[in-house]
Amino acid sequence: MIQAEAKNVNFYYGDFHALKDISMTFEPSSVTALIGPSGCGKSTFLRLFNRMNELIGNTRLEGLVTVDGKNIYDKDVQVDEIRKRIGMVFQKPNPFPKSIFENVAYGLRVNGINKKSILDEVVESSLKKAALWEEVKDNLKKSAMALSGGQQQRLCIARALAVEPHLLLMDEPASALDPISTAKVEDLIFELKKQYTIIIVTHNLQQAGRISDYTGFFYLGSLIEHDKTQKMFLNPADERTQSYITGRFG
Amino acid sequence: MTRKQLSQYIAFSSFTIISLVVVGILFVILGFIIVRGASVISWEFITGMPEEGMTKGGILPAIVGTGCLILGSMIFAFPVGVLSGIYMNEYLSDNWFRRFIDFMTNNLAGVPSIVFGLFGMALFVNYLGFGDSIIAGSMTLGLLTLPVIIRTTEEALKSVDDSLRTGSLALGATKLQTIRKVVLPVAFPNIITGLILSIGRVSGETAPILFTVAAYFLPNLPHSIYDQVMALPYHLYVLATSGTNMEESRPMAYGTAFVLIVIVLLMNLLANFLRKALGKRVKM
Repeated sequence: MIQAEAKNVNFYYGDFHALKDISMTFEPSSVTALIGPSGCGKSTFLRLFNRMNELIGNTRLEGLVTVDGKNIYDKDVQVDEIRKRIGMVFQKPNPFPKSIFENVAYGLRVNGINKKSILDEVVESSLKKAALWEEVKDNLKKSAMALSGGQQQRLCIARALAVEPHLLLMDEPASALDPISTAKVEDLIFELKKQYTIIIVTHNLQQAGRISDYTGFFYLGSLIEHDKTQKMFLNPADERTQSYITGRFG
Repeated sequence: MTRKQLSQYIAFSSFTIISLVVVGILFVILGFIIVRGASVISWEFITGMPEEGMTKGGILPAIVGTGCLILGSMIFAFPVGVLSGIYMNEYLSDNWFRRFIDFMTNNLAGVPSIVFGLFGMALFVNYLGFGDSIIAGSMTLGLLTLPVIIRTTEEALKSVDDSLRTGSLALGATKLQTIRKVVLPVAFPNIITGLILSIGRVSGETAPILFTVAAYFLPNLPHSIYDQVMALPYHLYVLATSGTNMEESRPMAYGTAFVLIVIVLLMNLLANFLRKALGKRVKM
């Protein structure tokens, strides 16, 4: 079974050919890490799956991007409907300057769900899933801005989970965090993959090795290699993957 | 002392002296007005009608007039300005059209206020037939402050971190929901500040109201938006230059200046207070 797929995808920023003929599939309940040197196109590729690249003008996409078998770039698809089903966690924690409760409830509220009992329930379950409930349950009315960076990032994960996404996109979610918070977020990802399909961009190869089932190596806009993480790290097929993983460039 | 330290010392001393001079001038002006004006201030001065060729009595009609003009111009300029600012910052991409509007807004801000006065007279007083009236004066003043409000709104929106916008959009919020629920609440304290600073400007402008609303002498209060009113800055001008007995009315002029300054000062204090209070609510 395939949860998400990119088929012969080419992507352009103006004249710049950022993604070159990329095909990749993602299985349900798996973690796929996208690695590669800066500017290789891995974040651009990630953002294709919730159409965030459209926020930048003058871009062009060729090929097919599907989630749950549906082409998310179809003309009859509403972009905000797509984004509701696909959660995203960013590099820098970006909680809204609202209370912890309102942050998690935001995705529901913009969908017109305002019933207190539902919100209470979803906020609690989402915070539990994000392993933040115990730390904040007595302070749900407190501002999210008062949390530590690591807590903020877990709050952002809870916020993304609250709308019950089919796919969770993570763009270097731990790169702005201290080692302890990073470990917590990694544990969390490990826990979450039981229920969610996760695609994570990371610069941290150890992290990719620790948490992912599959790894894709991007280089200069091309997908060089995509395989089981263990195989990639121990016995890569491509010489360039080998060089990157052993730290010869990047 | 080494050369480096010396130049450091000279630089900082001159900065200090220059800023002290600037602050000093401000205090001299304020002090001058307060000393001359305070003695005139009384309950009667603030709540009474001008009497005996404006040498006695009070300035109530001018205070009320200025209040009407502030209110009127803000009712007109605030929605238009804030909505334009939102449109320009959130909806227009950075192309020639936006740069053109930006350029024109900046130019609009640089147009001398007397030109606004003439334009207001031509458009509102004559062409639209409002006559010399609160509505004509308010709209003229509104036009004058539009660039300020648009600019402040834009700046306030620009200072909102883009990651909040993408975070909201990524959760499936529409652009409008994002602006309403995330961007505006964060930007609002700064927008309010812009509004209040422009009130300060409106209350002090003379030229735009000269041909559109201001009455030389009108010892009663307005009944509708089509009435003429007296206004503090114009009243001050009249008292200082063309009263019937200028020597006699001079203290009244200082008193009027005093009231005007107090109003502007109060507005600025209010702006500060609101920014802090609203800012706290957003940060919580």
